[in-house]
Amino acid sequence: MKTVSCTECAAEITPAENTEVGEIIVCPDCGVDLEVVSLEPAAVELAPMEQEDWGE
Amino acid sequence: MTTVSIIGGSGYGGGELLRLLLSHPAVEVKQVTSRAHLGEYVYQVHPNLRKRTQLKFSDPVALEPVDVLFLAQPHGQAQHHIDGYAKLAEKIIDLSADFRLKDAADYQRWYGEPHAAPEWLNKFVYGLPELHRAVIASANYVSGVGCNATASNLALLPLVKADLIDLASPIIIEVKVGSSEGGAEGNAGSHHPERASVIRTFSAFGHRHTAEVIQEMGVSNVSLTMTSVDLVRGVLATAHATVKPGVTTKDLWKAYRAAAKENPFVRIVKERRGIYRVPEPKILAGSNYADLGFDLDESNGHVVSMCAIDNLMKGAAGSAVQCMNLMLGLDETTGLEFMGLHPI
Repeated sequence: MKTVSCTECAAEITPAENTEVGEIIVCPDCGVDLEVVSLEPAAVELAPMEQEDWGE
Repeated sequence: MTTVSIIGGSGYGGGELLRLLLSHPAVEVKQVTSRAHLGEYVYQVHPNLRKRTQLKFSDPVALEPVDVLFLAQPHGQAQHHIDGYAKLAEKIIDLSADFRLKDAADYQRWYGEPHAAPEWLNKFVYGLPELHRAVIASANYVSGVGCNATASNLALLPLVKADLIDLASPIIIEVKVGSSEGGAEGNAGSHHPERASVIRTFSAFGHRHTAEVIQEMGVSNVSLTMTSVDLVRGVLATAHATVKPGVTTKDLWKAYRAAAKENPFVRIVKERRGIYRVPEPKILAGSNYADLGFDLDESNGHVVSMCAIDNLMKGAAGSAVQCMNLMLGLDETTGLEFMGLHPI
């Protein structure tokens, strides 16, 4: 799988060779979850993340 | 080995310098001066250094020539003796505020008295490697940095360098500071019953370190508000500014990423998971890192940029040793590899 660009921070990410469609990868820069939506061409979308309530 | 000595080694800045220099692989500490503690072992003042050195505080008049001389005296002293110090060492690094400002009129405005050695001001390079790395590497005289100024300057650095903020709009920097900034000498405000548990805004505007932000960032419409918090070490600067029209979060990422790539001690902390999602000084105690974070309200262009540091490290002794490394042609991270503690 080729490099993809994080939809949140534009970091260039190179997913592992055996990455599959539907897999969640984490952006190493901004930490968002990204869902792999296509392999050819490689594409990711922002995946929903659990919202934590810090009680503040 | 490069020989170094410290003038005024009994304060917190001097103690932190000693901690770093005693473990530094390329230097040997020859003398540490203190009139108040003359003849005492340095570990009797800096107890963390016990069993690491048998040095005793010596008299400033007995100083011998060395390769690098660190000045860690209270503000206002080095400027009266700089000619004599320059005869003792080819390279001088002054941690005080005496040689940070380039303009003698600025010094008088912010420090309330004329500078005693204005001819020396332009001989010193402002000692923040993230701003002046190349010049420091070839300099013989390097100033210290204000801890609050350092947190503020580094919070603004990616934004200013990438020309992302509207400099006509005000820049407001809220700075939370720990008690060690006040130095080793006590006063009524630092008395434990009065200082413990405080969140005390002690300077709404006009703090002296503002001058360093104006000078180094090239901004004029800037204000620092200083608040004491219940920490011993640590500074958190939270800067509020307005981005230029069209600037997006991705533009900020690019700018901050560049700053982190260019500077070994600058890290981006902007996480979606875990507890430490934004910069916090707590985990930086004893380390030379500056942690940067940011957020942008794209609906109105309001950007918030945060920088956390240890005031005694990146804000004082750590940056000074980083400058020494550059001046000696060493890797700038030498002796500064400590990554901090967690939990703490």
